[in-house]
Amino acid sequence: MSNILQEKVLLEGLAREDRASVEQIYRDNYGMIQSFVLNNNGTTDDAADIFQEAMIVLFEKSKSPDFELNCQLKTYLYSVCRRLWLKRLQQMQRLGRQSDFLEEVVPVDDDIEFHEKRQQDFMIMEAAMGKIGEPCKSLLEAYYIQKKQMQQIAGEFGYTNADNAKTQKYKCLVRLKKLFFAQYKNGQ
Amino acid sequence: MEDTLLIDAAERFARGEMSAEEKIFFEELRKQNPELDQLVVEQLFFLNELERYGNTKNFKHILQETEAKLVQEGMISRSPLQGDSKVVYLWKRYKRTIAVAASIAGIVSLSIVGISALLHREKNDNLKILVGQLKEKDREIKQIKNQTDKLAAAIENNAPTAPRPRVDAKFRATGFLIDVSNNFIVTNAHVVNEARHQLIVENNRGEQFTAEAIYTNPEADLAILKVKDNTFKKMSPIPYSIRKSNADLGEQVFMLGFPKQEIVYGEGYVSAKNGYQMDTTYFQLSTSANEGNSGSPVINRNGELLGIITSMETNAEGVVFAIKSSNIYKAMDEVKKMKGYEDIRITSQPSLKGSDRVSQIKKVEDYVFMVKGN
Repeated sequence: MSNILQEKVLLEGLAREDRASVEQIYRDNYGMIQSFVLNNNGTTDDAADIFQEAMIVLFEKSKSPDFELNCQLKTYLYSVCRRLWLKRLQQMQRLGRQSDFLEEVVPVDDDIEFHEKRQQDFMIMEAAMGKIGEPCKSLLEAYYIQKKQMQQIAGEFGYTNADNAKTQKYKCLVRLKKLFFAQYKNGQ
Repeated sequence: MEDTLLIDAAERFARGEMSAEEKIFFEELRKQNPELDQLVVEQLFFLNELERYGNTKNFKHILQETEAKLVQEGMISRSPLQGDSKVVYLWKRYKRTIAVAASIAGIVSLSIVGISALLHREKNDNLKILVGQLKEKDREIKQIKNQTDKLAAAIENNAPTAPRPRVDAKFRATGFLIDVSNNFIVTNAHVVNEARHQLIVENNRGEQFTAEAIYTNPEADLAILKVKDNTFKKMSPIPYSIRKSNADLGEQVFMLGFPKQEIVYGEGYVSAKNGYQMDTTYFQLSTSANEGNSGSPVINRNGELLGIITSMETNAEGVVFAIKSSNIYKAMDEVKKMKGYEDIRITSQPSLKGSDRVSQIKKVEDYVFMVKGN
C-alpha cells in the first residue's frame, strides 16, 4: 500500500473512533512531537497534553464531510502541535529560542480556531450534563454516548418497558437543553 | 406541540426514522409554522451538539487509554497522578478528615474498600488504576489506625477493669448472627478479604472467639462466618426476621455497629431502592456511617432486617449503601450446597415488633459482633 493510501485508511479509522488507528498514529508521530516540545522549553507531560489535543483537532477535522488532508499526516500533526505549543508558551510567557524539526509547516490556524470553538461547546455540554443529576445523566449518556438501545437501557435502569424509559429520556433531554442553551447563548 | 413530542419528532426526523408520509406532514407543518420551524432547527442543532459531545467524549476516552498503554510501554512518559480524577480528589479530602480524626480522637478512619469493590466491578481500566492507588493510601491509613488502636489498647490495659485484648487487630468491622445452631455470622466480603491470618468476632461484653469464613461472594460483597470456638455459648433464636422483599422508600431504620471499641447505635431512612450507579444488589440509606460500620445490620421498626451496610458515597454527605437482605437467602442457598450444611435454615423468633426502641436494642445488641483480624 502506498503511503498516501495508508494514511487515508488511518484517518478513516480515526473518524470511526477506531483504537488501532489511534494507536498507530501515536506510534508513528509521538516521538517527533515529544522532541519538539522538549527542545522548546516543555516537559514530557506538556508533550503528552499537546499531542492529545492535536489528535482531537485531527479527529474533529476527519469528521467533517468535506475532509481532505492536503499534506502528509506527519506534517499536519507537527504543524498543529507546533501552533498549539507556541500558543501555550505565549500564554505562559515562556518564550525562548525556537527550534523547528520539520522545514515544512502547513497553515492550521483555521483548524485550531474551529477546534477552540468545539472545545468550548464541549465544555458547555459537559457542564450541563454535570448539572442535570442522576439518573438523567446516566440515562442520556447510555443513549447518546454509549449508543445503547432503548430496550437495553430500560432493563439496566429498571424501567418496566422501553417506552417509559423513552419518556424519561425526553424529560431529561428537555432539562439538558435548557441548561445547555442558557450557557451557550450567554457565550455567544 | 409539546416539548417532548417535538423532541421525539425532531430526533426521528434527524435519524431518518420517519415514514415518507410522516416526513411530508412534518415538513409541511414546519413550512406553515415558522415558530415551530425555529424550534425544530434549534432542536436539530442541539441533537447535533449532543452527538458531537458524545463522539468527542468517546474519542477522548480512547486517547486516554491509548496513552496509558504507551506510558506502560515506556514510549510516553507522564508524571504520576496526572489529571483531576474525581476519585483521587475525593480521596485527598477523605485523607485530611481521617488524619485529623485519627490523631485527635484516636478514632478509626473511614473505609473506601466498599466503594473500591464497586469500582472494581466496573472493569474499567482507568478506575482500576485508581483503586490500586487508593488501596495504597488505605494501607498508610491502616498504619496510623494501627498505632492509634495500640494506644487505645494501652490505655485500656492501664484501666483496672478493662478486658485485655488478645488480638492485635489490623481492622475492625461489624457482623451479626443469622443462625444460632451453626453460629453463622453475616458480614461483608471486603471485610473478610482484609484478614490474612486470623478472624475474630467479639461480642458486646468483650468476649472474643475465632471464626472462619465459610462463604464469600465478592460480587454481592457478602460473607458468612462460622464461629469455631466451643466456648461460644448457644444463643436463643435471632430476634429479627430477615426480609425477603426489597426495602420500601422512606422506611425508618436503625443500625448497630462497631465504628469504635463499643457498640454504636444509629438511625436513618431508606432513601433509594438501588445503590451506587443503580446497582440493584444494594439500596441507599440516608444516615451516617464510618469505617467499622461495614457489616452492620439495618433493621426497621418492626424488627425486620432489611440489609447490611457496606459502603458510602465519597462525594455526598450521609449517602450510605446497604446490601439487600434477600442476598442473605441467596448466600444461604449456596452454603446449603456444601457438605454438612444441607439442612440449615434461618430460624428466627421475631420479638421486636411493638417494643420501644430501647428494648429492641437490648434484644438485638447481643447478636451483633465486632469482626476483627489481622
